[in-house]
Amino acid sequence: MIMQHIEGQNKGKLVLFALSTCGWCKKTRALIEDLNADYEYVYVDLLKGKERDEVVEIVKKWNPQVSFPTLVINDEKIIVGFKEDEIMEAIG
Amino acid sequence: MNDFDEPTANEVDLYYQKVKEEAESSGYHLNSDVEFTKELFKSILINKSRYGYGACPCRLASGNREDDLDLICPCDYRDPDLIDYNACYCGLYVSGEILSGEKKLISIPERRPSPSVREKMKEDMTVKISTGLSKPVWRCKVCGYLCARDKPPEVCPICKVSSDRFEKFM
Repeated sequence: MIMQHIEGQNKGKLVLFALSTCGWCKKTRALIEDLNADYEYVYVDLLKGKERDEVVEIVKKWNPQVSFPTLVINDEKIIVGFKEDEIMEAIG
Repeated sequence: MNDFDEPTANEVDLYYQKVKEEAESSGYHLNSDVEFTKELFKSILINKSRYGYGACPCRLASGNREDDLDLICPCDYRDPDLIDYNACYCGLYVSGEILSGEKKLISIPERRPSPSVREKMKEDMTVKISTGLSKPVWRCKVCGYLCARDKPPEVCPICKVSSDRFEKFM
């Protein structure tokens, strides 16, 4: 999977599935970066073919609606949408 | 590397002005956060360029127009989301209450059915037999405009009167 890594403080394993065009995804990335957290993200809309299908299947497992942003925390908890308070509570 | 053209700032401005005028003339409101709103319009232009249709920027488009008809902006979910959450899914269109600052814009749940449910709905559509009305019909008592939806619109798109001038017609 082609993930972009943004360096920061280790606040658990953070994986963000996002769209390059989505306003709430942009706000989510900005918040995570404001919190200076280390995380990985992927813009699913920029993927093609098999690569996209594979990532969509992963998102579907966490969030059957396949909506964005989907933030997976420590491979166990997810936050769907720009839920400022929840994100801050989880990694703030 | 992107395989689509980024629209110029001028193209985004022109598109923003055009949609804003259209929206306001039919009683809809765009988010007053111009920077956020223009980013979304830029994204819709990117989607037009890469998919050939202005898919919702906050949803994953398939690239197949027929599968994505429901999410071409303004999407099928805008009006129900304006009723229930005072904003569309992207936060591009907002209600009068958000525009005036009475309510705060927040990220809302996705209303579009999941991929598996959409598949099922597609199958059901082919065998569906009409059994009466799926939605109530509302009539504008001022201009006679009729619409079938869960609630009347905030403002009549034809004559601009407020929702309290509507009666349940059917």
